[in-house]
Amino acid sequence: MRYLPHMDADRRAMLADIGVEHIDELFRDVPASALLKGPIGTLPNHATELEVERTLVRLAGRNTPASAVPFFIGCGAYKHHVPASVDHLIQRGEFLTSYTPYQPEIAQGTLQYLFEFQTQVARLTGMDVANASMYDGSTATTEAIFMARRITRRKKALISAGVHPHYVDVAKALAKVTGDELVVGTPELTTGKPGGDYEALLGQIDKTVSCVVVQNPNLFGHVADLTELAEACHANGALLVVVVTEVVSLGLMKSPGEMGADIVVGEGQSIGNGLNFGGPYLGLFACREKFVRQMPGRLCGETVDADGRRGYVLTLSTREQHIRREKATSNICTNSGLCALAFTIHLSLLGEAGLRQLAEFNHARAVQAAERLAKVPGVEVLNDAFFNEFTIRLSKPSRDVVRELGHRDILAGVALSRLYPTETALHDGVVLAVTETVTESDIEALAKGLEEVLSC
Amino acid sequence: MLNRQGRPTGPGETLGGEGSSAEGFATFTGHKGLELNEPLIFEIGRGDRTGVDVPEAPKVASRLGGLERKDPIGLPGLSEPEAVRHYTRLSRKNYAIDMGLFPLGSCTMKHNPRLNEKMARLPGFADIHPLQPQDTVQGALELIDTVAHWLMELTGMPAVAMSPKAGAHGELCGLLAIRAALEARGDAREVVLVPESAHGTNPATAAFCGYRVEEIPATANGRVDFEALKARLGPDVAAIMLTNPNTCGLFEPDIIRIAEAVHAVGAFFYCDGANFNAIVGKVRPGDLGIDAMHINLHKTFSTPHGGGGPGSGPVVFSEALAPFAPLPYVKKTDERFELVEHLAEGDKSFGRMVAFHGQMGMFVRAASYMMSHGADGLRQAAEDAVLNANYIMAKLKDVMTPAFEGPCMHEALFDDRFLKDTGVTTLDFAKAMIDEGYHPMTMYFPLVVHGAMLIEPTETESRASLDEFIGALGALAQAAKAGDKERFTAAPHFAPVKRLDETRAARQPVLTYKTPAEPGSVTTPVAAE
Repeated sequence: MRYLPHMDADRRAMLADIGVEHIDELFRDVPASALLKGPIGTLPNHATELEVERTLVRLAGRNTPASAVPFFIGCGAYKHHVPASVDHLIQRGEFLTSYTPYQPEIAQGTLQYLFEFQTQVARLTGMDVANASMYDGSTATTEAIFMARRITRRKKALISAGVHPHYVDVAKALAKVTGDELVVGTPELTTGKPGGDYEALLGQIDKTVSCVVVQNPNLFGHVADLTELAEACHANGALLVVVVTEVVSLGLMKSPGEMGADIVVGEGQSIGNGLNFGGPYLGLFACREKFVRQMPGRLCGETVDADGRRGYVLTLSTREQHIRREKATSNICTNSGLCALAFTIHLSLLGEAGLRQLAEFNHARAVQAAERLAKVPGVEVLNDAFFNEFTIRLSKPSRDVVRELGHRDILAGVALSRLYPTETALHDGVVLAVTETVTESDIEALAKGLEEVLSC
Repeated sequence: MLNRQGRPTGPGETLGGEGSSAEGFATFTGHKGLELNEPLIFEIGRGDRTGVDVPEAPKVASRLGGLERKDPIGLPGLSEPEAVRHYTRLSRKNYAIDMGLFPLGSCTMKHNPRLNEKMARLPGFADIHPLQPQDTVQGALELIDTVAHWLMELTGMPAVAMSPKAGAHGELCGLLAIRAALEARGDAREVVLVPESAHGTNPATAAFCGYRVEEIPATANGRVDFEALKARLGPDVAAIMLTNPNTCGLFEPDIIRIAEAVHAVGAFFYCDGANFNAIVGKVRPGDLGIDAMHINLHKTFSTPHGGGGPGSGPVVFSEALAPFAPLPYVKKTDERFELVEHLAEGDKSFGRMVAFHGQMGMFVRAASYMMSHGADGLRQAAEDAVLNANYIMAKLKDVMTPAFEGPCMHEALFDDRFLKDTGVTTLDFAKAMIDEGYHPMTMYFPLVVHGAMLIEPTETESRASLDEFIGALGALAQAAKAGDKERFTAAPHFAPVKRLDETRAARQPVLTYKTPAEPGSVTTPVAAE
């Protein structure tokens, strides 16, 4: 009970001050039949720090960390190097153990970094404004679709087949109850290549469409110019929503804003945040200024104090649930403040020059990998244009190949059957991510491994 | 009397004292000793500076398809020492639970053990990918299964969905399951009942799910009006969303009767479990007739809130709702753990709520905390939380005005009657607490009470710490009644900034930094509200 300061004598004295004899008198509103007395199920009693640490270290030891093996898995979560100072700074107690900045005068640290974060995200995405972060990329994407409905008063959203299938599933689960109509294409390994999926989308945009949702780079790693799509959207009064799951790509690539996007959502995990087996992650959400009052989530704004000095507060809260209740733009209450802080620190350390170098390195290493793998018999690289992720088609069922490479301690990418169990046409495909953490010898190990597995 | 910060707490004492430099003394730098002004990164960073050594990229022909960025992004760079200093300086402008009592009611700011942080950073948890082959993450899946087991045992519920990313996300999860269950029996219902004292997320969630929200009034003693609820229940009601202990810090004594009445009309009982920390180990929601309840792991099981998140909001389900719970989930088969990520033929699950498997980092912290406390310690924690709140209530009831009679649970609710005719508002009172070295309590909420002040001390405050806090609040209350108005209306005097103009921030929103030299740098205000 090392976290509880009271001794029994304190408890007795406090009960006496309150004027009761037993603690259960304070629980007297609980129906007597429901008040628990004995042990709780099969749960153990308290353990020492040493015991807890042993148990959890043992469990952690049964997992293979990404940094321990050649590692090529992406599809919405990326292994990047995070400088030591980032994690050190976010662990400062004043950041780690503070709450939502409801009292701005004593939360200027949090509010200022949220303001810095909003500005960084707006600039990266080419948008005017960004919110102070959300849960993750998938939920942010769903919120963007609903926001487009509020703005256009139309309920039909066209979703590219190149959007992460989990993101599509999240949108579908909610659209079932909101009544939004989601039109999703059938994915192919070449979805998003010039002449692919986007041609079909262009043909479907009309005056009933609220938004078109496109991921860039998409799930298969293809990158495309979205300008034409944006123009078609705008000609029909629809919005272009661009999803970015690998935010490092924005260091090298034209921003969605430059291509005409109206709302940009993304997964910010790549910068400052570890893989963490899927969470906590960081939802990015940015848009054109004219839409700001339809935005979900928190916003931090600049203002002045009573002496006229600059300061920051949470603002435009009349969109939010604690004021608007059932009329709020979203029920979102939490943001990913600490993950946003990690993002901001890492991005400040990188700066414009560092982010570009990092993105260039990612791209170059990925190109090296694609060129090397293209030489492996039984491997076909499908991407013309890509950033740090690309799709290969194998001469054998990809799930078996990935599993066999896993047994050889090479985590070779995502077999598409894992994401699309019913789309058998995709089942010979593997999506590989290549970041700055991949070495030339990792690529060689993967190529050799593939040669062996595919030839036997 | 001086508090820990060496500042007077007595009503007769002056704010600064003789020779005080707090007022009317300006430094040349704008800094005040250890309190340092800190510009934005955009003002101190440079585009060509970096604090990360990225290796030279291999020389290859670009394959970006002509999509190379042409114009600069406008991102400032800092060297590592500059970054460390900038963010360290910012951190010092925050109040945090590591610094002192943080009595935000319903937010539950308790000690965050550093063991949890250490465990969450083990590479076996922090450095694994959600799409790694399942053979390579068996320990992680076992950990999720372990936390799920604790949650089911502590709530007496047979199923749990681990993926919701926060409390409000958990509410969404619960209502989506309820909606799916109703649809499965061909029963379209339109209304969700929400007590007027509910968290704002409850009505927002119900509306998000396409339901019409109707409020249920509270009685004069702060509970749900059972007769009004019973009168409103009918075949059009899909669910009731009720917080227990409720937002007034009170346990709903009618809860079993409420559950029976709700079930009698074929509706479901959603419980907002934000305050589960008050009853963990004392009452199991499953024994009360609840169908679904989210648990804010950061509140009950102490994962740090980090200035706004991340959170984690697993949802426990009754037998009736379990089949409709979302994907993914962990299944134990013999000696192996399997992650079920896709619907099979005939599955009733409403689908997926989030890209991956939920907040693994929070699960590790919660597991560490659960094991450290154990079942006995968690029960003791709930008891101590309730003891501490009632101690504050007992000691302050004569100088402040408790909103309701009788014992409270883990938070003590006062209203502003004790400030009547003083010219001091709840907000002023809260800001004066900042000068005394405390984070203010939750203000103006719950809405059922005028000028509400909701104080949650939690179980991790010692008796000495509570006595000090009680002394400070008592002194402030007396100062207000004695007419020492300036102390309040101009507060805070000692925070890094004076009171901030929130109206201006909303009327003329400035949401991003614009470089002054930039053409078009004048911020165009978005249309006024």
